[in-house]
Amino acid sequence: MRFLIFCFASLTLVAGPVKLLNVSYDPTRELYQDVNREFAKVWKAKSGNDLQVSQSHGGSGKQARSVIDGLQADIVTLALAYDIDVIAEKAKLLPADWQKRFPNNSTPYTSTIVFLVRKGNPKHLKDWEGLVKPGVAVITPNPKSSGGARWSYLAAWGFALKKYGNDEKKAQEFVTKLYKNVPVLDSGARGSTTTFVQRGIGDVLLSWENEAFLALDELGKDKFEVVTPTISILAEPPVAVVEKIAAKHGTSEVAKAYLDFLYTEQGQEIGAKHYYRPRLDKVAAKYSAKFQKVQFFTVDEVFGGWKKAQKRHFDDGGVFDQIYAPGR
Amino acid sequence: MVTSFQFKRPSILPGFWPAFSYTTLYLSLIVLIPLSAVFLKSVSMSWAHFWTTVTSPAVVAAYRLSFGASLVAGLMSVVAGFLIAWVLVRYDFYGKAVVDALVDLPFALPTAVAGIALTSLYTEKGVLGAMLVPLGIKVAFTPLGIIIALTFIGIPFVVRTVQPVLADSDQELEDAAANLGATRWQIFTRVIFPIVRPSLLTGFALAFARALGEYGSVIFMSGNMPMKTEIAPLLIVTKLEQYDYAGATAIAVVMLTASFVMLLGINTLQRYTRRFMENAQ
Repeated sequence: MRFLIFCFASLTLVAGPVKLLNVSYDPTRELYQDVNREFAKVWKAKSGNDLQVSQSHGGSGKQARSVIDGLQADIVTLALAYDIDVIAEKAKLLPADWQKRFPNNSTPYTSTIVFLVRKGNPKHLKDWEGLVKPGVAVITPNPKSSGGARWSYLAAWGFALKKYGNDEKKAQEFVTKLYKNVPVLDSGARGSTTTFVQRGIGDVLLSWENEAFLALDELGKDKFEVVTPTISILAEPPVAVVEKIAAKHGTSEVAKAYLDFLYTEQGQEIGAKHYYRPRLDKVAAKYSAKFQKVQFFTVDEVFGGWKKAQKRHFDDGGVFDQIYAPGR
Repeated sequence: MVTSFQFKRPSILPGFWPAFSYTTLYLSLIVLIPLSAVFLKSVSMSWAHFWTTVTSPAVVAAYRLSFGASLVAGLMSVVAGFLIAWVLVRYDFYGKAVVDALVDLPFALPTAVAGIALTSLYTEKGVLGAMLVPLGIKVAFTPLGIIIALTFIGIPFVVRTVQPVLADSDQELEDAAANLGATRWQIFTRVIFPIVRPSLLTGFALAFARALGEYGSVIFMSGNMPMKTEIAPLLIVTKLEQYDYAGATAIAVVMLTASFVMLLGINTLQRYTRRFMENAQ
């Protein structure tokens, strides 16, 4: 609530330039700082108006809830489509088919789940199989409260399905074993990174690819290594104009231009610099050395979309809850 | 005819109505209205749904953990807090003012900071954890860790409620008891303890209530494993993350009701002991 007041106050204090509020999730802080600066220049050249984009970051679910509760976001850029679906469904601030408004399912860049391990990879973790071995401590947040953790969970499940020839029961066993190796379930991705990096707990952190590389850049390549598994999930963090709010603010046009900018060569370059995998072939080719080849599968292919995945795995009484049910 | 219900207690002090109106207004705005909003939100779910939510195994385990750990932490706060208050009141030593100020620090510290600091102390690689873990005592990510975090938060409440009472108590009473041949233990149990008992109860109630609602420090210390170290406030947050507003408020309503009943009980007990004391004197 205090946060909301702060946002409103900071929005109303400065009058003059066109203002946008981009409500995003945790690891995109640095990405959108760059995007905002560059897009402001582009927009100034195009329309002659000054533009000021404010950012708001937090857990993806929490951010979606703030928008539902009245945070005046012109744009949402969240960790998973389900969170924007909920905004469309509960607050009716954008149409149900919002994901068709921009190319590629409204995801200008993609990411995946990789492993951050300690230098030298002392437990020899090369792929998902290694994570279920006894004695390996895996750090990942609770998928019920963290968007990133849901991607990790589904990535492990998808891997197991591929490995055991689509045997759902085997997949459940695999994921159960994996979570039995998790000593601490933090509530968010940043919390898990702290547990792994600062407190030295665990052998491997399941992490967003961009977060893992960011951790390397910031904490030194002499302490950690990134291991990219052979198979992983294609994480598609989507973007959308919150149409009703943008219309009210008179920012529909600039908000759309902002998101279109993410798909341009310049926007894709900024994304790639921040370790988001570009969609544009030209940029992807340029940065191909940066991103290891992974055999990807999507949520739609394997789980039939987010709504189904959410209901089956993460809702109360779902598969994730069964992992911790007594007597197992 | 029964005499009409007399709401206002006869008092020679003027200004009952303005003061009482203000109290009601304050309680309504700050306490009752927000809390009734919680209750109203939970009304949106059916009784059966409410019941299955609050009796699901994970929720019951969380209640047990939250109330159990808070109770133990409250008791530990009483023991440690009384000792600290005793030292601060009865002894003079160099640096007393600093120690006195340090007691309040947990009030001011963002509890997340406390949680992170405590956790890094007690993990296997931490200073204290490195000594305790080889002995088989695991603190971080266990219920014990939760109790330690909650005690850390609770101690200042006990110190600050007991300290003034102890300072006010008449030391001549103790001298008199000693003159009459009482042993030190008797002086403590028969003279000192009855004087501070009501304030200890108040301190306990405050520490206990604070511990029940504590979130910031515990989530770092507890490891948050479902069924084992997941506290009720965390479950509420998790439910919110899943857009289950009604489920979150259902858990909150049960916690609120249980806390209210327990606090009411403690307050009644406290009033009773105070009255008992007054009669005895």
